[in-house]
Amino acid sequence: MSSVDIQTVLPEILLSVYAMIALLGAVYTGKDALAKTITWITAGVMVAIAIMIAGGSGATSAFNGMFLDDAYARFAKVAILLAAAAVLVVGEATMARRGILKFEYPILVALGTVGMMMMVSAGNLMSLYMGLELQSLSLYVVASLNRDSVKSTEAGMKYFVLGALSSGLLLYGSSLVYGYAGTTDFAGILAAANDGHVGLGMLIGLVFVATGLAFKVSAVPFHMWTPDVYEGAPTPVTAFFATAPKMAAMGLFARVMFDAFGNAISDWSQIIALMAVLSMFLGAFAAIGQTNIKRLMAYSSIAHMGFALMGLAAGTEFGVQMMLQYMAVYVAMNVGTFAFIMSMERDGRPVTDISALNQLASTEKAKALAMLVLMFSLAGVPPMLGFFAKYGVLIAAVNAGMTWLAVAAVIASVIGAFYYLRIVYFMYFGDEVEGVEINMSPAAWAALMASAVIVMVGFVNFFGIEGAAQAAAAALVK
Amino acid sequence: MSVADYAFYLFALTTVTGGFFTVMARNPVHSVLWLITAFVGATGLFVLLGAEFVAMLLMIVYVGAVAVLFLFVVMMLDVDFAELKAEIAQSLPIAMLIGVILLMELGTIFGTWVFADGAEAARQSITPAISEIHNTEALGLVLYTDYILLFQLSGLILLVAMIGAIVLTLRHRTNVKRQNVIAQMHRDPAKAMEVIDVKPGQGL
Repeated sequence: MSSVDIQTVLPEILLSVYAMIALLGAVYTGKDALAKTITWITAGVMVAIAIMIAGGSGATSAFNGMFLDDAYARFAKVAILLAAAAVLVVGEATMARRGILKFEYPILVALGTVGMMMMVSAGNLMSLYMGLELQSLSLYVVASLNRDSVKSTEAGMKYFVLGALSSGLLLYGSSLVYGYAGTTDFAGILAAANDGHVGLGMLIGLVFVATGLAFKVSAVPFHMWTPDVYEGAPTPVTAFFATAPKMAAMGLFARVMFDAFGNAISDWSQIIALMAVLSMFLGAFAAIGQTNIKRLMAYSSIAHMGFALMGLAAGTEFGVQMMLQYMAVYVAMNVGTFAFIMSMERDGRPVTDISALNQLASTEKAKALAMLVLMFSLAGVPPMLGFFAKYGVLIAAVNAGMTWLAVAAVIASVIGAFYYLRIVYFMYFGDEVEGVEINMSPAAWAALMASAVIVMVGFVNFFGIEGAAQAAAAALVK
Repeated sequence: MSVADYAFYLFALTTVTGGFFTVMARNPVHSVLWLITAFVGATGLFVLLGAEFVAMLLMIVYVGAVAVLFLFVVMMLDVDFAELKAEIAQSLPIAMLIGVILLMELGTIFGTWVFADGAEAARQSITPAISEIHNTEALGLVLYTDYILLFQLSGLILLVAMIGAIVLTLRHRTNVKRQNVIAQMHRDPAKAMEVIDVKPGQGL
C-alpha cells in the first residue's frame, strides 16, 4: 500500500467515510428526523465526488492491480453517482409520504454505490466479488425497507435468495478460472489465454461468470427475479434498482469480458448475443400483458438490457462505446419515468395500475406531455434520444458482422413499442375512469421535466458524452 | 502406510460419513450434529495439508459458532420437517438428475483438466514457500498489505449487513418500561422513601 494506492481509491474512501460519519451522527442525534437532511447531503456528496472523478485523467492501477482507475471506470462511476444522487433526491418526498424515509436509506444507498464503484474498477476476480456483494447486500436491504408490507419483504427475500444463487454461480466460475490460470488477476487471466487457446476449465468458468453477471443485469434467462422485485420494492427504491445498479452491472460485465477474457471474444460474444436476443424478445412480449406499471417497467428494463448487451456482444471498441451511451441514455430516461411513476397516487395511496392513467392529459397537461416524450424515447421513436441510442448499438452489431442480431433487435423494438404507446394512448384517449393524481415534489417535477427535455434535445450532440464514452471504450478495449 | 496416510483415511472417512448422514438423518438436530462431525473431519484434513490456520478457523468459526447457531435455529424454529421431507421426496428425481449432471461435469473437467502455462508458478508466487515460514505468518504478511483493499471491503460488507439487520428488525416499542441504570444508581433513600407518621385509628 502506497500513497498512490490511497489517492487512486480516494473517491471510494471519501464516500464510505462520509457514510460512516453520517450513520454515527444520525444514530447519536436526531435519527429518522434527520433522514431528509441526510438524503440531500448524500446526494450532494455523490455529485461532488462525481465532479472530482470526472476531473481525473490517465490510467492507474492500485493495490497490485486489484483496483483500476481508467477512463472507462471514470465514465461508469460518474454515471452511477449522478444516477444514485438523482434517485435519492427524486424519491425523498415519496419515501417520506409513505413513512419509510429512514435515515439508513441514504446511507445504505451510499454504501451500495461504493460497491458499484468498486465493481466497475475491479481488476481482480476477488475485488470484483467484494464490490458485487457490497452492492447486492445494500440492495437486498433497501428492497425490503418497507418491512410492514408483505410484498416488500417478499421482494427483498426473493432478491436475496436468487442473488445469493447467482453469487454462488459467479464464485464457482471464478474458482474454475483461477484453477486454470493460477491467478485471479485480470491481466494474469488475459495472459493465460494469449495464444488464442482457451482451456476447458477457463471456458466453463467463463460461462459461469457470465451467468452470474447476467443475473445482476437481469438478462434472459436469468431475469425471473426482476418483475417481482420491481413490483414489491417501494417505488423510489425500484427507481434506484432500474438505474445505478444496472449501469454498474453492465460496466462490470464489459470490464470482465474485455479485461480478463479479452482473448476469448469469439467464445463469449455468442453467449451474450443469445442473451441479448432472448432479453429483447421476452421484454417485448411479456410486458404486453402487464397492467402494473412497475412490472411493465421491469420487463422494459429487461428489454433495454438486451439492447445494451447487443453493444457488448459486438465485441468491438465501437460496440462498448455504444453500450456506454445506451446505458447513460437509459438511466436518464428512467429517472424521469420513475419520478412520474412514484408520484401516482389516489387519496394519498400509491397507484400502479396503468388503466388509472386514463384521460390524465386532460388534467395534467405538462406532466402527461413529458411522460409522452419519455415513452416515445423508451420505445425508440425518432427524434428522441432513445432512438439514437438504439441506432448506435444496431450499427455496432452490423459492423461486427452480426446483422441477424440487428434485424432481431429491430423486430423486438417494434413489438415493444406497443406497450409504451399504450400508456400514451391511455393518457390521451383512454376511457373515463376514476383518475389518478400526480403528487410531485419540486425535485421529482424537475427530474421529470429535465429528463423529457434531455431526450428531446439530446440528439444535437448527446451532451458531449460521445467523446467521453469513446475515450472510455478505448481505455477498455486495447 | 505411514501414520499420515492412516490419519488421512480416518479424517476423510469421518468427513464423508458426516456429510452423508447430515443429509440422511431423520431428526434435524441429528443432522446438525453430523454436520459438526463433518467439520471436525475437514479440520483434520486441513491440518494434514499443513494449513493449520484454516483448520483452526474451521474449528472455531464453523463448529464453535455457525453450527451452534444452526442448532439453535433448528430447535427454535417451528418447522414441519415431515412436510419438508415429503416435498423433498417429490423433487427427488430432478435433484438426482441435477446431481448426476454436476458429477459428470466435474468428471469431464477433471478428466481433461489442463493448467495454463505458468499457472503453477503464479500460484506459488503469492507467499513465500511453506518450508520457509508457516502459513499463519504467511497469511498475516499479505492480509494487511497486499490484500488490505479486500480486507477493508469485507469490513464494509459486514457494516452493511449490520445496518440491514437493524433496519429490518428493530422496533421501538412504546409502552415498554426500560431500565435506566444512571437514574437507578442516583436514587437515594431521601428521594425514594417517605416516612409518614400514621396516627392510630386513622388511615392514610
